[in-house]
Amino acid sequence: MSGGPDVVVLDYGSGNLRSAERAIARTGVDVLVTSDPEVAVAAPGLVVPGVGAYAACMAGLRAVGGPDVIAARQEAGRPTLAICVGHQILFEAGIEHGVEADGCGVWPGVVEQLHAERLPHMGWNTVEVAEGSRLFDGVADDRFYFVHSYGVRALEERPGRLVTWAEHGGDRFVAGVEEGSLWSTQFHPEKSGDAGARLVANWVATL
Amino acid sequence: MAVAVRVIPCLDVHAGRVVKGVNFVDLRDAGDPVELGAVYDAEGADELTFLDISASTEGRETTLDVVRRTAETVFIPLTVGGGVGSVADVDVLLRAGADKVAINTGAIRRPEVIGEITRRFGNQVLVLSVDARRAPGTPSGFEVTTHGGRRAAGIDAVEWARRGVGEGVGEILLNSMDADGTTAGFDLEMIAAVRAAVDVPLIASGGAGRVEDFPPAVEAGADAVLAATVFHFGTLRVADVKDAIAAAGHPVRRA
Repeated sequence: MSGGPDVVVLDYGSGNLRSAERAIARTGVDVLVTSDPEVAVAAPGLVVPGVGAYAACMAGLRAVGGPDVIAARQEAGRPTLAICVGHQILFEAGIEHGVEADGCGVWPGVVEQLHAERLPHMGWNTVEVAEGSRLFDGVADDRFYFVHSYGVRALEERPGRLVTWAEHGGDRFVAGVEEGSLWSTQFHPEKSGDAGARLVANWVATL
Repeated sequence: MAVAVRVIPCLDVHAGRVVKGVNFVDLRDAGDPVELGAVYDAEGADELTFLDISASTEGRETTLDVVRRTAETVFIPLTVGGGVGSVADVDVLLRAGADKVAINTGAIRRPEVIGEITRRFGNQVLVLSVDARRAPGTPSGFEVTTHGGRRAAGIDAVEWARRGVGEGVGEILLNSMDADGTTAGFDLEMIAAVRAAVDVPLIASGGAGRVEDFPPAVEAGADAVLAATVFHFGTLRVADVKDAIAAAGHPVRRA
């Protein structure tokens, strides 16, 4: 990719893009924040961040052709890392305040409110890392920064799909997925200190 | 395992400088909040809170620059408070790199602003900062204060916390104005009273003086502990506080 960025952070009007950009940049690669779908499809790596309400994120994502960008990259085998609500919108649907919104439907499952007494689930938690995970290489025993009230409780683990779990208040939910070139985390690696930096570096190493 | 008890250093920033004296030996500039934030990060702080006490517009601009520069170098969550009263105020701080915003007097003045902010940015971005003191004769025994604890706001503190959560805040920062600066320990009864009223995460603040002060705050119901003076003056280190919390049987994050 002569002249192009190594990694694109998809700008669809959601969240603190700057911290995602900085976290990628400190691995030493070139980063571009853009909402241009053609650039996003072509980049060696794509980060899909996301903060806020599910329906609003999906609306923003559709407005920049995000679902097609993600699908095209998956087909081409180009690495994509989705974070927080960016992870959630990869599933079939999200239910917030009783309103159901369609997601990208890459993975089966519905994003719904966690059953924990203490919400939002806010702070540094441990994860139960999938066997053979490359994303969590070297940081399987570390804590990561979560801030969310919704999650996915069930996702079938099968050949080619690694699922990492976390638990809060007795409720178990998907903390990370690695399937083909599409990887995601419910927590915020860009806010997870050194452990997050290592995780980001693990992803960048696949580009 | 459970979510770790967060240890949060708080920096009072005025016109881009840390106001309270600092006693760190390795700093080039002990008054630079960006450098101090990086030190706390390296010591294992789980979040940073900047409280902007600038009164002037120029001071606020400088603080925004501090937030920007901190977000460039520190990769843990950053909460910024001080003078927040509108959706626009929050927007500016989030764009500068804040992950969460604390609201205090602005919400007392106009409680509806809580919902306006959280509908736009989600409830995880908004922390309700409650400066409270003991007040016999009020329903809960605790009342909200303004002007650094000098004036009564005429609101019951526990009721205010409950209302704030009802309006949409995702977290409560409870500061005991009686205990603040005394280093005589947290107001455990106040923590327990607010804990019983709300389900969102609760940050306890005010009164920490020794490492032994922190575990009781957690046992009273705090999910996180915040302190300023003891960290600024180097009386306590973040790691020492975590050791004490861990020794009492609570999970902590080791950086």
